[in-house]
Amino acid sequence: MKTNDVMLQTATKVVTFIILLFAVHIFFAGHYTPGGGFVGGLLTTSAIVLLMLAFGIRTVKKILPINYVVMTSVGLLVAIATAAASIVFDVPFFTHAYDYFDLPLFGETSLHSALLFDIGVYLVVVGVTMTIIQTIGEDE
Amino acid sequence: MSNLLLFPILIPLIVATILMLFPNKIKMQRLIALLGTIATLAASFFLIYKVFNDGIQVVTLGSWPAPFGISMVSDLLSGLLVATASLIVLFVVLYSFPTIGIKREQSYYYPAVLFLMAGVNGAFTTGDIFNLFVFVEVLLMASYMLISHGGERSQLRESIKYLLVNIISSALFVAAVALLYSVTGTLNMADLAVKIPQIENTAILTVIAVLFLVVFGFKAAIFPLYFWLPGSYHAPPMPILALFGALLTKVGVYAIMRTYTLFFTMNIGFTHELLAIIAILTILAGCVGALAYFDVKKIIIYNIIIAVGVILFGVSQMNEAGITGSILYLIHDMMIKAALFFLVGIVAVIFGTSNLRQMGGLIKTYPLLGWTYLVAAFGLAGIPPLSGFPGKLLVVQGGFEGPHFWGSIVILATSLIVLLSAVRIFIYAFWGEPVETRPLKKSAYRAMLIPSIILVAITVFFGVGAELFMPFVSDAAEVMLNPSLYIEAVFKE
Repeated sequence: MKTNDVMLQTATKVVTFIILLFAVHIFFAGHYTPGGGFVGGLLTTSAIVLLMLAFGIRTVKKILPINYVVMTSVGLLVAIATAAASIVFDVPFFTHAYDYFDLPLFGETSLHSALLFDIGVYLVVVGVTMTIIQTIGEDE
Repeated sequence: MSNLLLFPILIPLIVATILMLFPNKIKMQRLIALLGTIATLAASFFLIYKVFNDGIQVVTLGSWPAPFGISMVSDLLSGLLVATASLIVLFVVLYSFPTIGIKREQSYYYPAVLFLMAGVNGAFTTGDIFNLFVFVEVLLMASYMLISHGGERSQLRESIKYLLVNIISSALFVAAVALLYSVTGTLNMADLAVKIPQIENTAILTVIAVLFLVVFGFKAAIFPLYFWLPGSYHAPPMPILALFGALLTKVGVYAIMRTYTLFFTMNIGFTHELLAIIAILTILAGCVGALAYFDVKKIIIYNIIIAVGVILFGVSQMNEAGITGSILYLIHDMMIKAALFFLVGIVAVIFGTSNLRQMGGLIKTYPLLGWTYLVAAFGLAGIPPLSGFPGKLLVVQGGFEGPHFWGSIVILATSLIVLLSAVRIFIYAFWGEPVETRPLKKSAYRAMLIPSIILVAITVFFGVGAELFMPFVSDAAEVMLNPSLYIEAVFKE
């Protein structure tokens, strides 16, 4: 029997973008305030999972043709590379650097190398959770 | 180069990540995995050289001062173990080429092996008890994948048990770490070694020490917590079994060695007595299993448990001979177990079964395999001058010098049982009436036999040339007996 999912689909179209925007906000809030790559990644995944629930795995695969295993691998490489940059500068592993810059529009902003690490974490979290969900979802 | 000691962890991690990008190109997978393990081995040898000449290497992550940041500490004990582990992974990768099968190779087999290697090397290197938990989780994640890799029926059945046991012990681990933190206020091992002697209430610390013994005992397979091991290790294919048998239990053994010499020394009369008794019971339980089964895999698996007992008995004596012996025996055991699993794996492939009763007469058709196996079996039992001898001799000497002379007698007596159990495979599989064997390609046979022979040759060299390695091993034992050396190294930065 085909269930009527008009409400779900309509709501999803709006809610997905709210979740994604919130994910971006949480992601950049990280480091100084609660947030970061891990939570941001989970929120992004939840948005994609909502899409899958509303429109089906196949449709989502068509609009987001991403190989999530590769995404995980790239994320890990970014994270390791950020941490390993300390080897080049000969300081203890995982030592981060930060400074204040005057950016257009934002004004004086603190840029932190932890952000790069967080991008890696974000990619790993989205990649791993999506791989798991897809693998379980396809089993049916 | 303050970060040198991280290289044996970083190289496999990076290589594994790169290998995840192209799972289907098998030739590239093999080549890069091989190069990665060789690079790791080279880095670990350089690390030993550095530690031996310049003293203990320490790096505290993120440039935080020592008790607050996570310290990674490489003394000779951890350096030697990292090098041995890297060596074994190198041989397991070589042995995997002809045995593991293309299907498994295409589904992230090499990345999993390398992630496991990163976890094992990290667990051997870390100087922070919570970070130890993290690295143990890393290697457990990889081992969950490897034990169920391929998805055969028996693998899936056993992996559920394996998962359950390890999740429970990991939960206990976190609880024990939390208790320790609530009592001492620190998780840095060197800082723990400073703070624990200052605490007067040793009763609670003794409880925590025993709790840690239970946690690490699950991983190390001590009596009576070894129940999960024979079944779980029996399921996966031979290269994975060799990897598990040689490395995974040894992480638990290392953790007990480290914690029981560095900081859980406030009530030696109770904790180390308990450790000695459990170690002897572990040996006895392992012996029963090794004699009871007619399955070549099971016999060697039970020998893992016996070796764990011997090593821990040496540690429990807390004297120079006992600890030096246990380090020697630990290194010997990692190599000889991998070699034995390799050889037994070839035998099992030739007969198409691991049941000893269906084997026989192999010495005529495969003489080289037979004699290599005999050398490895003698090495396992500790017949001089092979590799098991110096370690066992020192452990036994430590027992006679310490309070538990009866333990040494048990170890001496059970050596005969170990010999019997290993030679029984030789008698059944290589002597007797020839049994019909499966056809095996010459090239595949050679590809399996060559890494096994080289590994056996290395163990023979380790036994005959034990005198060459003694400076390193006795330096490692010195740090274990004088925690102040370890503490000074961590806090000097």
